[in-house]
Amino acid sequence: MATLPTEVREPEIGEDIREDRPWIVIVWNDPINLMSYVTFVFQKLFGYSLEKATKLMLDVHHKGKAVVSSGPREKAEVDVFRLHEHGLWATMQHDE
Amino acid sequence: MSPFGSLGRRVKRSRRGGVELRLPEEEREFLRTLAPDMRELLGTPDDAAVGRLFPPAYTDHDDHQTAYRLLAGTELLESHLAALDALEAAAGADHLDEEQAHAWMRALNEVRLVLGTRLDVTEEGTERPASRDDPRLPGFAAYDYLSELQAELIDALSG
Repeated sequence: MATLPTEVREPEIGEDIREDRPWIVIVWNDPINLMSYVTFVFQKLFGYSLEKATKLMLDVHHKGKAVVSSGPREKAEVDVFRLHEHGLWATMQHDE
Repeated sequence: MSPFGSLGRRVKRSRRGGVELRLPEEEREFLRTLAPDMRELLGTPDDAAVGRLFPPAYTDHDDHQTAYRLLAGTELLESHLAALDALEAAAGADHLDEEQAHAWMRALNEVRLVLGTRLDVTEEGTERPASRDDPRLPGFAAYDYLSELQAELIDALSG
């Protein structure tokens, strides 16, 4: 899995340092992926219990989206990539 | 998402790991046609339905998205193709090991995502064509069959 090179330089004074905030990975609802499949994928990729995976799947289904993981940018990107491999609609953004 | 449940019993958990497949030959023949068709489709990345297999990672950060596409795009394509290879290679098999079964699950889903996007499937359930002359009929038949088979596969793997 490809990841972006880590930036090591120090931020300049007054520079936007929002990059340091954690990233969250969001899975969005779609009409095609089966509910049982989405639950299965959450368990497989993140090691979640059936209960937790089912809750997240139902959040996606009923609320339109769910935060399924979070962390540094590199980790979030790997998670998004693996979700894309499984055909799930996943994006990542800064935690607000 | 679709609350599709399994109707048949073509896939069973295997005692030696993975799953046992009891598929009629005509279903296997159909499954063999999927990989070649999909490989051709995946060569046309501008196709909107194919685009469903390559969603953006970043929606509010163009630079990051360009870099993600550049670095991960080829790997994602190869991963999709590998799943299709596994489906094709084992289309005649009576047993799939765990890894093959997971690859089948992904490959069936890839085809469903492309077909479902083309057919404009909705959450509420898209009405199936009433006329036998409707050109969308084969697409819906394939979509419904693959949904059912995938549901059975997931049931077996979850058991």
